[in-house]
This record gives sequence, structure tokens and C-alpha cells, in this order.
Amino acid sequence: MAEFKKANSVGEWLDQRLNTTMLTKVMMTEYWIPKDINFLWAMGMILAFTFKILLVSGIFLLMYYKPDVNMAFDSVNYTIMQEVGYGWLFRHIHGVGASLVFLIIYIHMFTGIYYGSYKKGREMIWLSGMLLLVLFSAEAFSGYMLPWGQMSYWAAYVITNIFGGIPLIGDELVVWIRGNFYVADSTLTRFFMLHVLLVPLAILGGIAFHFYSLRIPHVNNQKGEEIDFEEEANKYKAGRKKLSKVIPFWPVFMAKDVFVLSVFLFFFFYLVFYHYNFAMDPVNFDPANGLKTPAHIYPEWYFLWSYEVLRGFFFDIGPLKAADIGLAAFGFAQIIFALMPWLDRSPTVAPASQRPYFRVWFWIMIVILIVLTIYGKLPPTGTNAWIGFYSSIAFILLFLLLPVVTSKEAAVTKGAK
Amino acid sequence: MKELKILGVITFFTLVTYWGVEPLAHSIFHPHVDPADYEFKDLPAVEAKGDVAQGQELVSMNCIACHSIEKAGFPAPLDNATANMSYGVVPPDLSSAGAIYNANFLANFIKDPATATKTAHKFTGNKVHPMPGYSWMSDEEIASMVAYFKSIAPASMTNEEVFVDACGRCHDMKYSKNFATSDVSNYMGSTPPDLSMMIRSRGEHYLTTFINDPQKHLHGTAMPRVGLNESAQKQVVTYLEEVGDSKKAEREGIAPYVLGFLAFMAFISFLWKKEIWSEVK
Ligand code: HEC
Ligand code: HEC
Ligand code: HEM
Repeated sequence: MAEFKKANSVGEWLDQRLNTTMLTKVMMTEYWIPKDINFLWAMGMILAFTFKILLVSGIFLLMYYKPDVNMAFDSVNYTIMQEVGYGWLFRHIHGVGASLVFLIIYIHMFTGIYYGSYKKGREMIWLSGMLLLVLFSAEAFSGYMLPWGQMSYWAAYVITNIFGGIPLIGDELVVWIRGNFYVADSTLTRFFMLHVLLVPLAILGGIAFHFYSLRIPHVNNQKGEEIDFEEEANKYKAGRKKLSKVIPFWPVFMAKDVFVLSVFLFFFFYLVFYHYNFAMDPVNFDPANGLKTPAHIYPEWYFLWSYEVLRGFFFDIGPLKAADIGLAAFGFAQIIFALMPWLDRSPTVAPASQRPYFRVWFWIMIVILIVLTIYGKLPPTGTNAWIGFYSSIAFILLFLLLPVVTSKEAAVTKGAK
Repeated sequence: MKELKILGVITFFTLVTYWGVEPLAHSIFHPHVDPADYEFKDLPAVEAKGDVAQGQELVSMNCIACHSIEKAGFPAPLDNATANMSYGVVPPDLSSAGAIYNANFLANFIKDPATATKTAHKFTGNKVHPMPGYSWMSDEEIASMVAYFKSIAPASMTNEEVFVDACGRCHDMKYSKNFATSDVSNYMGSTPPDLSMMIRSRGEHYLTTFINDPQKHLHGTAMPRVGLNESAQKQVVTYLEEVGDSKKAEREGIAPYVLGFLAFMAFISFLWKKEIWSEVK
């Protein structure tokens, strides 16, 4: 057993037992971040904080929520919204937070793509991030069911139905997921479990993994420059702070993050008080009614692009059924972003602005995703259906072409050098 | 500067997406409808001058067989369950009719209920509106009854009273413990929804045009045009808001404080950032 001397302060006492000095060094004051970054590098911390907000507001909601088809709607809309002190505030925070977390996830993700932060040693960061996207999607989908409004019910109905298209096991799978032949109480209670226990636990694990995966490769920087972290850290520690290309996580990196976070929180709470309908769909303030199909069924905005890929293929092609092509395309859309590190064949890590072909590819992708998102909400009739069809095709082609585009680019830029 | 440019690009794409999934989508889901018409200009004007005393006599001869007029001392002739069974819906109390309905609408309603309420499409074949039309009366007589209702109308009503008199025979308002006097599912062919959360699910704009003329939004719906005048309808919508969005005042009250605090925090953290980064940059 180690020998313990009498400690002269609480800090020292803790240090003897938990090695806190070392811990703060490793985690904070000597955890090095490149200096050449912009506010986009604050998105990760904003995400961590928003998750914390969701966790805390969710715990408050959980104290009054009742997972039962006969009580859920009123427990949310009457008990929480009207009776419990500031219950409405927690619900608005939770609803707006769930929507904004996706806005920030998408910004975070496209930042990664723009700066090429998914390759050359950063593959695990990228994959763990994609895992978090999947987990947050599951969290949001299961949470959306809980108030048991019209959209809760019908989105659950439509989305669980999708699994019915899987060959051979489809029909059984749908029943297994719902716990019944139709969306019922058993569906609500199991999604409640997922939403408040299993998925949040997995998210916590996912976040820890994501952070850990950052340690060895370090975060990227605005130029994609390869930095000798040891050397630069030594410069910093020797006091040549202005010369060094790195900064410590605490307090320098966090000083900037906290500022960006404060601006974000202002925006967040503005939406919580004045502009929440985009995140809390009015249709969901009608109680679930399995006999009354709403005029328009659509998922939350952050799922629209992949939903549009699913329904973009609206006619049979040869022996292939429209629904099956759609399902295959949907599956493609779900996994394709995870494959970015291998689809991009160029070894260059640089911002898209400095990559002649990839730059074009990037902005086309953004535009297509926005078109898919917008048309994913509009009724799929007439021209809308065709726009959905062609942009789904374009989306798929875009990713199939990425290896070609990037290897060409690699050849061209090599020639120029 | 560069950071502002990045912020500009992100804001631009976010706003385009927002515009597409919110304003654009909603304008397509809910095509534009004309604003509420509180004068009910589609109905012919009943211009005759009425006489209160004559009106009182006509009402007590014709109407109290079905309707109560508590204010004038006429109790309901039947209990709710029996009335519901006989007419499909409990005839509303008429004490406040002169206050809540537009006068010309009321005159037209008495003459021909189905046309005035725009529900004639529900009463074809051998189905007739449960309230007989009085088009056999002269315009003077009709005007007299309207004048009588005006004379007994209360000077002011609470929002809840207006709601109960205008909508309470068909709709529940669970969250304020008001329950419909009738079960109209047989008569109407559809069950009127609970109105507790309508202010959040439909919003003020929709409600204003819908209550004024349900056919505008739900073509062919069974819900009658109720014929409320502007101030009575405002009271109903306010009541829906008081029940369904009861924390609105609290929400809007604390908002400036929270936002002010966050703006202050942003300012302080900006200073802190500047201070810390002056050492490294
Ligand atoms: C045979 C029974 C009967 C008689 C007689 C009758 N009513 Fe009605 N009245 C009803 C019923 C039933 C309703 C409810 C109709 C509905 O909800 O669709 C009604 C509704 C009304 C309404 C509410 C209109 C609205 O816009 O919501 C008014 C006002 C009214 N009656 C006035 C009168 C007057 C005035 C008379 C006498 C001239 C009269 N009623 C005679 C059965 C009757
Ligand atoms: C005679 C019965 C009757 C009366 C009186 C009545 N309603 Fe209705 N209302 C209905 C029925 C039936 C429906 C269902 C319509 C449908 O689904 O087509 C309905 C539907 C509604 C809806 C939902 C519309 C939608 O978009 O789905 C609202 C809101 C509403 N009523 C408000 C009111 C208000 C406010 C009043 C009083 C001013 C009122 N109603 C009076 C029968 C009535
Ligand atoms: C572990 C933390 C969480 C807990 C304990 C929790 C708990 C709850 C509860 C009890 C509800 C039902 C009440 C309501 O509808 O407002 C709910 C709703 C919801 N949750 Fe969570 N939640 C958590 C995290 C999250 C996260 C991370 C997301 C999203 C990414 C999310 C998205 C949603 C959504 C979209 C709703 C529906 C909100 C509405 O319609 O108002 N939740 N949550």
C-alpha cells in the first residue's frame, strides 16, 4: 500500500488519493488544441451542453409524465403545461432543445466534412460521431411518441411500418417492435423505456467514446495543417505562447467556447419563449386518434431529408416495387455518411475551399440535402414528387461519384505540385 | 471578419431550410382564406324594424317549447338527456342570444337554420334540421324577436359564459371542466373534438376564420356556422387561450429577464475570451 503523509489542504488530501493534479493536467490544462480554429470548433461543446440541458429538463418532465395511452396526453398538456410550476418552461426547453441539438449536430458534421476531419487517423472520431447521430435519432423518435398526440401516433405508425418492407422477416419485425399488431400502449411503454433509460445511457457512453477518440489524433484546424503537438506544447509551456501553434483546453479553448455557448443560449431561449412551434408541432397538440388520419404526416424537420429519399421512388421500375427501391435508398442514406473516410480517396486534409473538385461536391451536397428536406415536408404530388425523385437520385449519385471525384482531384493536385 | 462570413453562410442555409419547412409548407397545407366576415354579407339583410313587446309574445309562443330562456324565467322544457334524444342536440339557452349573435345572422337563422349555418348539405332527403325554420313569418315579426333578445341580453358576459352559450352544447372543454350538454355524434355524424388545446394545435388565426365560417377550412364539415359577432368571437378565442395556453402571461413576463441575463452573460464571456486570448494571439 502507498504511504500517505498528513495533507496540509483539502486539495493536497484529494491529490494524494485521486491524483487530481495530474488529472487536471491531462484533461484540461495540458490537453492541447490547435490555435488556428474558428467558432465552428465550439459546436462539440455546445452539443455536450445541450445534451445536459435535455437531460435536466427531461428529468423534471419525468417526474410528472405518465406512460399510458389514456393518461400520457393529459399528463403532458395539462399537468406539466398548466399545473406544475414552470412545467411549461421545462417542456419548451426540452422540445426546442431536441430540435436545436440536431441543427448543431448537422453544423458539426458538415464542419467535419468541409475541413476533411474524418480521415488520416480521425476515422474513429467520425464513426463515433455517426454513432451519436444514430443514438440521438433514436432518442428523438422515441421522445416524440411520448406526448401521444396525433403526430406521435402517426409518425410512430408510419416509421415502424417501414420495417415491414424488409424481406422475409418484415411483418414479424413490425409486430416485434410495436409489441402489438398496431401502435398501442405496449408501443408507448417500450419507447418510453428506450427514451428515458437505454438510449440516454448509450448516449452517455457514446459521448465518452467520442471524446476519447479525439485524444490521439487531436482535433483538426482551419488549414488542415499537421502539427507536432509535443513540440508546440513545449513552446507554450516555455512561455512562448504567441508563437506556439497550440493552446490548452482550459482556460484558452474554453474561454472561446463559453462565449460562443452564451450567444447560442440567447438564441435558444429566444426560441423557447417566442418561437417554439417549429420544434413542437401544433398538430401534436391534438390527442392521438387511430381512426383519424391527419391530412399531412411528416417527421420532424431533421428526418425530412432521409424521409424524402424513402418516398422519392414513387413508381415501380421493371420488376422492382417502388416501396422496395425506396427502402433500399433509405438504407443507403442512413449509412452512407459513415463511409465518408473511405469514399474520399484524396489523402489531402484541407478545407474544401482549397480542394478544386471536392469544393463543388460539398456545396452541391448541401443544396441537395436542403432540397430533400424541404420537399420531404411538402405533399408528394405532381411536380413535388418528381423533384423528390430526381433529388433522391442526385443524392445517391453524389455519393457514388465521390471516390471518382476525389481520386481525380488527388491526381490533379499532385500534378500541380 | 472570416468568422462573421462563416456565420453568415450558416445563417443563410439555416434560414432557407427554415423557410421551406415552416412558412412555405404551412402556406401549402393551409391555403389562404379570406379574413373573417363578422357581417355575414352572404345572408340577405332583414331590414324591418322590430317591436320588443311583439317579439316577446312570438318567442313565448314559438320558441320556449324547445329552448330555455332562464333570464326571462322560462326553464328548460325537457331535461338534457330527453332533449338530446328528441332533437339530437340540446337546444341552447337563449338568454344571451341578443348579445352573442350578429343580429342579421340571428334573423336569418330563425328563418332558415340550415342555410344560415351553411349546413344545408347535411339535411337532404328526409333529414331536416332539428329546429324548424320560421320563414313563414314576416320580416317584421322576425325583427321583433331579434329586438326582444337584444332587450333581455346581458350587458356584459364572461369569456366562459360566451363559450358555454355558443359552443357548450357540442364541445367539451376538459381542462376547464366544461362538458358538452349533448352527445351530437348521431346527429352530426362526427364527434366534436375537445377544445382544450385548440389554441396550440390550431392557433389564433385559424380559429378566428374557422369559427366564423367552418366551411372555409373544412369543406363539407358538420360543424355549423355559429354566427357570433366580433366581440363575442374574440371572447371565445380568448377563452380558448386562457384554458389551453394558461401560462402565456408568465412566459412572456419572464422572457425579458432571462434573455437580458443571457445577453449580459454573453457580454461578460466576450470580455473573458478577449482577456485570455490576448496572451496567445
Ligand atoms: C323544435 C325545437 C325548436 C324550436 C321550436 C326552436 N328551436 Fe332553436 N334550436 C333548436 C335546436 C335543436 C338547436 C340546436 C341546433 C344545432 O345545434 O344544430 C337550436 C338552436 C338555436 C339557436 C342557436 C343558433 C346558433 O347560431 O348556434 C338559436 C339562436 C335559436 N335556436 C333560436 C330559436 C328561436 C328564436 C326560436 C323560436 C322562433 C327557436 N329557436 C325555436 C330547436 C328548436
Ligand atoms: C352543433 C354542434 C357544434 C357547435 C355549436 C360548435 N361546434 Fe365546433 N365542431 C362541431 C363538430 C361536429 C366538429 C367536427 C368537425 C369535423 O371534424 O368535420 C367541430 C369541430 C370544431 C373544431 C375543430 C376544427 C378542426 O380544424 O378540426 C373547432 C376548433 C371548433 N369546432 C370550435 C368551435 C367553437 C369555438 C364553437 C363555439 C363558438 C363551436 N365549435 C361550436 C360541432 C359544433
Ligand atoms: C436522458 C435524458 C432525457 C430524459 C429523461 C427525457 C425525458 C422526456 C420525457 C419524460 C418526455 C415526455 C414529455 C414531453 O413530451 O415533453 C420527453 C419528450 C421528448 N424528448 Fe426527451 N428526454 C431526454 C433526452 C432527450 C434527448 C437527448 C432528445 C433529443 C435529441 C429528446 C427528445 C425528445 C422529444 C423530441 C420529445 C417530445 C417533446 C414534445 O413533443 O414536447 N429527449 N423526454
